[in-house]
Amino acid sequence: MAMVLKVNGRTHTVDVDPQTPLLYVLSDELQLRGPKFGCGLAQCGACTVIIRGQTVRSCVMPVSAVKHDEVTTLEGLGTPEKPHAIQQAFIDEQAAQCGFCLSGVILSAKVLLDEKPKASEEQIREGLASVLCRCFAHTRMMRAIKRYQARLA
Amino acid sequence: MKIDFSRRDFLKSSGALVVSFSAASLIGPWAHAQGPFDTHKSHIDPASLDSWLAVASDGTVTAYSGKCDFGQGMYTVQTQLVAEELCVPISAVKLIQCDTSVTPDQGTTSGSQSTPTNFNNQNLAQAAATAREALIGMAAQQLGVPDEQLTVADGVISAKDGRHVSYVELIGGKHFGIALNVQAKRRAPADWTVLGKPVPSMERVALMTGTFEFVHNVRVPGMVHGRVVRPTETGATVASVDEKSVQHIPGVIKVVVKNNFVGVVAEKQWQAAEAAKTLKVTWKPGTGLPAQKDFYEYIRKQPSREVMLVNSKDVDEKLKSAAHVLKATYSHAYQAHGSIGSSCAVADVQADRATVWSATQSVYPTRHSVSVLTGLPLDNVRVVFVRGAGCYGLNAADSAALDAALMSQAVHRPVRVQLTRQDEFISENYGAACVIEHQAGVDASGAIAAWDCETWAVSFGGRPGYDKPGNVVTGMLAGFEPDTVAPKAAAEPTGELRNGSNAVPPYLAGCIGGKCGGSGSVGSERVLAHTVKSPFFTGPLRSPLRLQNTFANEGFMDEICAYVKSDPVAYRLQHLTEDRVIDVVKAAAKAANWDARPSPKPSHALTGTVTGRGIACVAYEGDNGYAALVAEVEVDQASGRMQVQRFVIAHDCGPISNPDGLRNQIEGGLLQGTSRALGEEITWDDRKVTSIDWQTYNSLPLGIHVPPIESVLIDRPGMKATGAGETAITLAAAAIGNAIFDATGARIRQVPFTPERIKSALAERA
Repeated sequence: MAMVLKVNGRTHTVDVDPQTPLLYVLSDELQLRGPKFGCGLAQCGACTVIIRGQTVRSCVMPVSAVKHDEVTTLEGLGTPEKPHAIQQAFIDEQAAQCGFCLSGVILSAKVLLDEKPKASEEQIREGLASVLCRCFAHTRMMRAIKRYQARLA
Repeated sequence: MKIDFSRRDFLKSSGALVVSFSAASLIGPWAHAQGPFDTHKSHIDPASLDSWLAVASDGTVTAYSGKCDFGQGMYTVQTQLVAEELCVPISAVKLIQCDTSVTPDQGTTSGSQSTPTNFNNQNLAQAAATAREALIGMAAQQLGVPDEQLTVADGVISAKDGRHVSYVELIGGKHFGIALNVQAKRRAPADWTVLGKPVPSMERVALMTGTFEFVHNVRVPGMVHGRVVRPTETGATVASVDEKSVQHIPGVIKVVVKNNFVGVVAEKQWQAAEAAKTLKVTWKPGTGLPAQKDFYEYIRKQPSREVMLVNSKDVDEKLKSAAHVLKATYSHAYQAHGSIGSSCAVADVQADRATVWSATQSVYPTRHSVSVLTGLPLDNVRVVFVRGAGCYGLNAADSAALDAALMSQAVHRPVRVQLTRQDEFISENYGAACVIEHQAGVDASGAIAAWDCETWAVSFGGRPGYDKPGNVVTGMLAGFEPDTVAPKAAAEPTGELRNGSNAVPPYLAGCIGGKCGGSGSVGSERVLAHTVKSPFFTGPLRSPLRLQNTFANEGFMDEICAYVKSDPVAYRLQHLTEDRVIDVVKAAAKAANWDARPSPKPSHALTGTVTGRGIACVAYEGDNGYAALVAEVEVDQASGRMQVQRFVIAHDCGPISNPDGLRNQIEGGLLQGTSRALGEEITWDDRKVTSIDWQTYNSLPLGIHVPPIESVLIDRPGMKATGAGETAITLAAAAIGNAIFDATGARIRQVPFTPERIKSALAERA
């Protein structure tokens, strides 16, 4: 079925089964590299995208459920030449090892801090309670998130 | 027919290097382009300088390495190594990693051997040093000035009178045509400008902006999607497959069955996923699994392959005459690599050739497996490494590569395979479960008089390696035999002490035939290691067996300290002889402001929340890295829950290539080690593995309290480099366990330290 999808400021027409998880459409049809298949069960965060200012686990959301909303992926935040401030904070802090989990980490932190710029450390931790990083680059990631938070102030 | 996969493919006829990191561009026409780098088809000669690097006519230096980066920083460090030894800007170096058509065979990227291999030995760094000397020699001739009067910087060689000549002018686009010179002089650490510096990770911008290409992002023309259907019960075999059950699903191309391997290929990924879920397969049950609750008893009773690592033959006698004998048994669970990305691979198997894009740690050995599996000649198979999610050892990357090869061969089209999370958990080679039993005698003065250790570790399968596709799940399902354990009685040890698994505690002298290779003073010593057949596939998981053995060695050492009422740092130092271990113990204790006194903490409360500190140390693999770790913990005695409050580590890996990359590895290792110590455990019932996702297998999430980590880096320029990726993690469970004892007086001897196990240890306190 042909469907119109707005992603990172561009409009695409895709022809897929409406039940197809959004993640497969983003990575197979649109060849985006930001959201990734981690678990397919909404348990790890690697497939995270932003829709209506909220994080969504794209591996369990049927593409038809997106409707007319715009989807923002990790590569939609900023570009290698002009990274978004939170991406820059992660670059500055070297806050990754393999980097496979970053959609979950960066987008979850961004949504959280955009909503609550003065979030306490505990609130930040709560917001990241269902995001996994198996390289355990936590130390630097928390530093990067706080660096971004300081910029928001 | 042989297919020419030579590295000429990377070159334009002009000789300029065409270096592309897009995998899709690598499938273009083979053997068409002409260039200077016409290496032998099936053997890139490591003795030839041209196998390691090339200077293009635009000044780009392409370096070829057989050690790959999974996120541990090898890409950046190896680039630094080449830039330093060749005296070119780091931005001029393009590193090609792990591709059987262009990189030398450096075996497997594993065992903390990448930096030792390419830093110490006759490999990448030596090649760059050879090239620099050769270029200086050419410049000397051209300028008519002796070598020693020339200086080199940024790829330009200059004479004192200001005349100069560049690398491009001397060699750009041409072969060196010389052998790698093992005598070429390496640059002195004091002169380093790139190596030893905190050069930022070169892929950081691409990673943070979501533009980095992982193996999951590889797309090749004509590619379709495969999914596997694994038996959920361990050892189950195919009785029948009802292909008609998926006929109604649009896009299905083929159901692929080979022996017990079952997969489905479809045009789109979702169609393949739906078909794999729907396909009716009748499985014949396997023989069942030993009960998990008695598993540690079970493995001690199995026939085993024994290795006596050290035996002074006076241990029984010394134990008999000791003032007191202590004895304890430690156990460690099977654990998963649990990569955040379920494994993925793309294979294009044609009638006469195959290309596989894989996050494997071992492109050359995996090429053998693909060749055996597909029946294609070895020379016609190419395996290209493309980074996957961090693997920490033998995850399911090789299984996925073989899955893709099987399905591509069946449908004659390129096939991308994405494993599901459950597939990943039941398709990987787990880190081994272990039982370790220690016994030690102390003399009247409180010193250790004798130490006896017996270990049992499980094993089955392993790296797919050379001609062993059966060592990973897919290969076995397709009908190939895995490596298993042939029981064998121990012979007396001969030769040098082998402590690659750290089964020999650091306090033993490690003497064999009068030659002592241990790091301690205890001369009455016996260590017997058993390997037992595992019911599940096993394979190296970050710090394989070193971590399990160190947990037991250092926990038991702590028990001895407590019995003789000695301070754990002082008592360790009393029994250590190796300076590098002594130095890290002293440095960690100093940085942690160690509270010197015996454990447990005097008058610790038996209820409520309590705190304590513990220490552990290791000479990783005996001589491949040194570290000591102090952990400070807080334990809630009502719930059995605990938190690490602080880590302080002293770390010595010889000369430090990149201090910031090293800190990143240490920090990640300690927190991964904490997750493994506190919650990670493969579980099973009588027929199947039951830890199959992130709800049934516990990984600490990002939202934990992250303890401060203070890393004291001991730099030893001029020494050989050791590994650095696995040393820190080796100590986490040991130091945490010792800190729990200090806080509570309860000794916990089983990993993971779940709240239930902590509570039961608290209940058993004397």
